[in-house]
Amino acid sequence: MATNVVMPQMGESIAEGTIVRWIKKVGDAVDRDEPLFEISTDKVDAEIPSPAAGVLSDIKVKEGETVPVNSVVAIIGAAGEKVEPDGSSAPAAEAPPAEIPTELPEAAVGQPEITPPQRGGRARQTEEAVSKEELRRQKSSPLVRRIAKEHNVDIREIQGSGLSGRVTKQDILGYLESGAAAPAPGYPAARPAAGPAFRPGENVQIVPMSVMRKKIAEHMVLSARTSPHVYSVYEVNFGRVSELRDKKKAQYESAGAKLTFTAMIAKVIVDAIRAFPVVNASIDGENIVYKKDINLGIAVALDNGLIVPVIRNADEKNLLGLSRAINDLSNRARSKKLSPDEVQNGTFTITNPGIFGALYGLPLINQPQVAILGVGGIEKRAVVLGDAIAIRPVCHLTLGYDHRLVDGADAGRFLSFVKERLENFEEGWM
Amino acid sequence: MAVITYLEAIRQALGEEMARDERVFILGEDVGAYGGAFKATEGLQERFGEARVVDTPISETAIVGSAIGASYMGMRPVCEIQFIDFIACCFDMLTNFAATSRYRNGAGVSIVVRGPCGGGVGGGPFHSVNPEAFFLNTPGLKMVEPSTAYDAKGLLKAAIRDDDPVLYFEHKFLYRRIKDEVPEEDYVVPLGKAAIRREGSDLSIITFGAMTHTAMDAAATLSDAGVEAEVLDLRSLAPLDREAILTTVSKTSRALVLYEATRTGGIGGELAAILAEDAFEYLDAPVMRVASVDTPVPYSPPLEAAFLPNADKVVAAAQKLVEY
Repeated sequence: MATNVVMPQMGESIAEGTIVRWIKKVGDAVDRDEPLFEISTDKVDAEIPSPAAGVLSDIKVKEGETVPVNSVVAIIGAAGEKVEPDGSSAPAAEAPPAEIPTELPEAAVGQPEITPPQRGGRARQTEEAVSKEELRRQKSSPLVRRIAKEHNVDIREIQGSGLSGRVTKQDILGYLESGAAAPAPGYPAARPAAGPAFRPGENVQIVPMSVMRKKIAEHMVLSARTSPHVYSVYEVNFGRVSELRDKKKAQYESAGAKLTFTAMIAKVIVDAIRAFPVVNASIDGENIVYKKDINLGIAVALDNGLIVPVIRNADEKNLLGLSRAINDLSNRARSKKLSPDEVQNGTFTITNPGIFGALYGLPLINQPQVAILGVGGIEKRAVVLGDAIAIRPVCHLTLGYDHRLVDGADAGRFLSFVKERLENFEEGWM
Repeated sequence: MAVITYLEAIRQALGEEMARDERVFILGEDVGAYGGAFKATEGLQERFGEARVVDTPISETAIVGSAIGASYMGMRPVCEIQFIDFIACCFDMLTNFAATSRYRNGAGVSIVVRGPCGGGVGGGPFHSVNPEAFFLNTPGLKMVEPSTAYDAKGLLKAAIRDDDPVLYFEHKFLYRRIKDEVPEEDYVVPLGKAAIRREGSDLSIITFGAMTHTAMDAAATLSDAGVEAEVLDLRSLAPLDREAILTTVSKTSRALVLYEATRTGGIGGELAAILAEDAFEYLDAPVMRVASVDTPVPYSPPLEAAFLPNADKVVAAAQKLVEY
């Protein structure tokens, strides 16, 4: 079996070494620890002993060449192994059978088949010291690791000023402050506190986050960092929608569905998405991914959180189908009976802060989508119709969109379409 | 406010508490006519009589044992151990008896056991120890060690008024070297509360007793080199002021624990453990200890100087810590 001979590390700061002279030639038999070659490094010149007994079968680095530490410079074959690279030496190995055979079996038996590269004690120590220091650099300290995790920073990116180049608290705070780690301009990372803000004993109640809360937190931070959010708000006269809803409510009820404003808005949104597919897209690196399916997410508030069940292929459903789907998904969301695939693969989301009385909301995009519709409260207001003032139910619709992909003009066209359709909702769509 | 010595503060506390509460009395070796080996009780026998300042035989076991008995009868005895090293003689009375009394039979033992601790005065192995670690592992005992005259008086008054056994270690190096302002009116320094002696942002030196002054000297030197050390004087060793310890370290992220007792098994180990358990995520460097060498206290002055922590050793350790 062959043993690799490597350029040894002669001192921890040494990165490379030069072969000055080969003491043995290809085909020579060598004993373990017998001088094999001479090297010269920045620090020392030394004779390097063979790591194994056998025959020097290949020299990979010529005299005068400089190679990095741990490069293979030669190969020691087991005694009796054929010397491959140099055909001319093969007959030589055969030719003097009287000389070599007496030694070879002994060498072959005395050595284990696989001889691991033997390193001197000093070399081994050096290697461990190096890895310990590298460990110290990468692991830094508990505090720095926590700050790095909180800000999603790779410690290796930071120039350390501590022992063995360790990244200190000052280093990482300076790095964060310099903005080097800011993932998206405009969203500077929050300045980290030196430790948790609260401790048991203060006049506070400390409750661990639920899994859902943590997911929401992660997701919202991700969204705020990922997308430059822009908002457009439209005021929509809900007189027509409200009138139709009152008219058809009983009919839907007898069909086993509750007719809601949300369903009617969803119906119009689906049509609007078809007309303006850019709001039903994602960004993948430098590509825009237009989704051919319209999977409509409907945000449902729970007691201690929020979940967004998804109506698959919402464009394939009529208003009755949408109403049923919304009723069903929101009921099961509240009773925690959704299956995992029912909250995945949404392409656009509707959320309804108006339920709680908001005039309108400014929702965060449900990543990796690029737009989200916020439905404000529906309340009667004085509305100017022509030159008259009338009392009509009014709703504010907000589109939150990722300005990387969706511009104000797109959002305006989209919302104008939605407004026009809602204000002139046709009975035939029901 | 008058400026008085650490020793005078102790004497005032004893006199005022005896005047305030007739259940308070003193017992110890040579505390009466002689006024105590360090004169901490000087004048008190004249003032309060032989019944309240009692000279005892040379038996620490008897001193503490009879004090415990007196406390059961409603008294508040203050025992003087002539050198705190000899507290080892009444170890059983303190650890097995006094410390467990409230837990065993609901009777607190309202005694104070006070005495001079610490080295730096050429006292050798029998007259220099810092015994806090012997008792740190004994639930039921409280321990304090003041670093200023103000605290010496306030902590002793609090100790005397406490319903449980309190060990009161007074550092003999500070007796006449430390003077500071002490109010005329009655006050106590509450047990279990540490004090920040110097504010800083780069590291926290957590210490107590005479080492507080060493830490302050070191902090001044460090400041000249641009390193701002915060100095926390624990004052109470049991119970420890965990909140103050965690607060200072969460601020600086680096902790140096300084104590005069020998290094191994000392209170510094407990402080390091508290920080590892509760402040792991605040730490930007390992906790370092500076303490005395693990040998008996040498008698030879040069050896004792080498044995004890000093400002230079603290500065060197702090520099290492800051560079970590």
